[in-house]
Amino acid sequence: MSETQDLSIYVRHPAEGVAAMDLVVEGVHCGACISTIEKGLSGERGIRGARVNLASKRVTVEWDENALAPAAIIDRLEGLGYPAYPFATEKLDIVEAAEEQRLLRCLGVAAFGAMNVMLISVALWGGAAWTQGYATRDFLHWLSALVALPTVAYAGRPFFDSALKAIRQRAFNMDVPITLGVLLALALSVVQTLQHETHAYFDSAVMLLLFLLAGRYLDQRMRRKTRDVATNLAAIRSEKAVKLLDGGEAREVPIAAISAGDLVLVRAGERVAVDGIVEEGRSEVDQSLVTGETAAVPVAAGANVYAGTMNMTGALRVRVRSAATGTLLDEVNALLERAIEQRSSYVKLADRAARLYAPLVHVTALATFLGWILLGLNWQHALVIAITVLIITCPCALGLAVPAVQVVAASAMFRRGVMLNSGDALERLADIDTVVFDKTGTLTLPKPSLANKDEIAPADLALAGSLALASKHPLAKAVAVAAGAKTPLAAHEFPGQGVTVFHEGKRLKLGSVAYCKAEAEAVKVAEAWPDASLIAFRGPERVVVFAVRQAPRPDALEVVAALSRAGLAVEILSGDRESAVAEVARELSISKFAAGLKPADKIARLKALREAGHRVLMVGDGLNDAPALAAANVSISPISAAHLTQAQADAVFLGDPLAPVADAIFLARKAKSLMVENLWLSGIYNFVAVPIAIAGLATPLIAALAMSGSSILVTLNALRARSAKGAAR
Amino acid sequence: MNVLVYLVPMALALGGLGLAAFLWAMRAGQFDDLEGAGWRAISDDDLPEKRG
Repeated sequence: MSETQDLSIYVRHPAEGVAAMDLVVEGVHCGACISTIEKGLSGERGIRGARVNLASKRVTVEWDENALAPAAIIDRLEGLGYPAYPFATEKLDIVEAAEEQRLLRCLGVAAFGAMNVMLISVALWGGAAWTQGYATRDFLHWLSALVALPTVAYAGRPFFDSALKAIRQRAFNMDVPITLGVLLALALSVVQTLQHETHAYFDSAVMLLLFLLAGRYLDQRMRRKTRDVATNLAAIRSEKAVKLLDGGEAREVPIAAISAGDLVLVRAGERVAVDGIVEEGRSEVDQSLVTGETAAVPVAAGANVYAGTMNMTGALRVRVRSAATGTLLDEVNALLERAIEQRSSYVKLADRAARLYAPLVHVTALATFLGWILLGLNWQHALVIAITVLIITCPCALGLAVPAVQVVAASAMFRRGVMLNSGDALERLADIDTVVFDKTGTLTLPKPSLANKDEIAPADLALAGSLALASKHPLAKAVAVAAGAKTPLAAHEFPGQGVTVFHEGKRLKLGSVAYCKAEAEAVKVAEAWPDASLIAFRGPERVVVFAVRQAPRPDALEVVAALSRAGLAVEILSGDRESAVAEVARELSISKFAAGLKPADKIARLKALREAGHRVLMVGDGLNDAPALAAANVSISPISAAHLTQAQADAVFLGDPLAPVADAIFLARKAKSLMVENLWLSGIYNFVAVPIAIAGLATPLIAALAMSGSSILVTLNALRARSAKGAAR
Repeated sequence: MNVLVYLVPMALALGGLGLAAFLWAMRAGQFDDLEGAGWRAISDDDLPEKRG
């Protein structure tokens, strides 16, 4: 049976006869890596060029079509010491990248406009307005208009478009007052210039756009960066499946190239990559990632298997299913859809501020206008003053207040191994008062480890470890890791039972309790470790039973304690057996837990919590957690989580420690308080500036100073989001 | 004040030149990999091979 790799779905064709592929590369971090990869690949025959992007950890390779197979490029990179994973660019990635480019272009144009208008304005402030007479002043004003009008027409479009869209949908967002402020400022300035007046506000309009675009660009850049990281992770984790062709030929293909009805081979020790029905074969499947249940489930022809489960003992031929029908996956999907529908629409802090702020500003401007008319001023003058009020109150600092903090906080989280999937997750994370953990794979490590290592003689452990290396069974792997075994014994494996070998004249066995006839010993070990899976070893002198269990993450105890100290209620909701959950809960001193829960039960519990007025963070990894993640106020998944689950989570954390979860909460709280602080700062600025404007005393110089002053203030304040009390440095 | 007739267009032209350079750099992908660009600048790959 020959086995080849088919990667054609990842190959692009930028020109006739040229093929190209984008790959995520692991381990590139400096200039030496760039030249190693680029030189190493370019030396290959048929390759036209390779370009590494260090910031996004990707490489683009172009080669002559038919000169070599795409798999050869991956092999070459592997040979250079850089594991590489192909990925397909999604449409949404392209849209996001185009939007970022557009904002950057607008930002560049606005910066050019602002610099030149400011150059002229400084002359005006410096005295040209008073001393040089009409002619010079008007000339400088017209010059400002010449720069400002095209600049705003071009650079203001992101705001104008969004405001127009909001008005059409009869909604209201921050862009409506911004657009109104900018356009009125320009119109007023043109009229003032025509009438040879002293003050024009071209500089205010352009500067306002510059600051707001900076905030908008930062926001977009963060969004795209998180997307890039998510795409990279997906590429690295993307699994392959062995597809059986009609002729009996086996071919390794990426999951994306598998369709319903295909026949797939899953060997012992491999993860099942698809949902389907077993056609042939007999094995045991570890479903812990799907249901949370840690005990293995036997499967035979006709049984359902799910993506993400681990095939432990025998090879299976699986028919890929078209649609889930009356199965667990079906149930999960239905619950998920309902949970997403019911997810309360969270109103972002910035939008709430806009809703409060915009009417207030417009009413103030109107009141100013009417007030001056009542005081006997002619309507033109009154209108000029009213518009200055609008210009001065235009939410410049307000537009920066939230994105600046978001960018700083998100990069702080990134450094601590937490990646945000959604922008408002930060705010929702800051509001929580209850943390609900899943057990398997979340509080515990995703891979099982040996629990009773101390009770076993080192000689037995070493021998069992060497024997265990011969098996692909996950329990055997745990024994091998604990023993630190390096050299495997040439053992024979009986699928579903265990491995055996003749070693120094004695027969050694490692396998199920029944296979090693270790029932008597097993009872004792099972009593000591109620939540463990057992694997037995018949050694040269005695029979040993290993208890293999999913140990809590190394710092789980401290993290749970830190969360409790911070006033958060902690709970476990698990799909695993009562005994297994109780043991972990006791170990981590968590008093509230529930076991044996189905996905619907988890949702019910979360709903009850939310109805009692709690705001809940759900941390989970299994497929059975996906609906619960969607039903919670905010959710986090470990990177080892099932695909569907990770897609639902608001954030993903890396690595074995649980600390990133606590860090994320503390950093989010700090960020939220800084956002509120920033909103107040920009509010206070208005408190000072608005009376001056209402009194009719505002000049373009005052507007410029106040605007840039408050923007710089909120930006500097945002930098404090880099660290938080309680979070790791 | 006649000097303004020269200085103002010059200032605008210089600014415009900067803007044009920025737009070119963006289109040419100069900002695509800000980390890598720093390393490429100090790499010695483009030096002629030493002889003997």
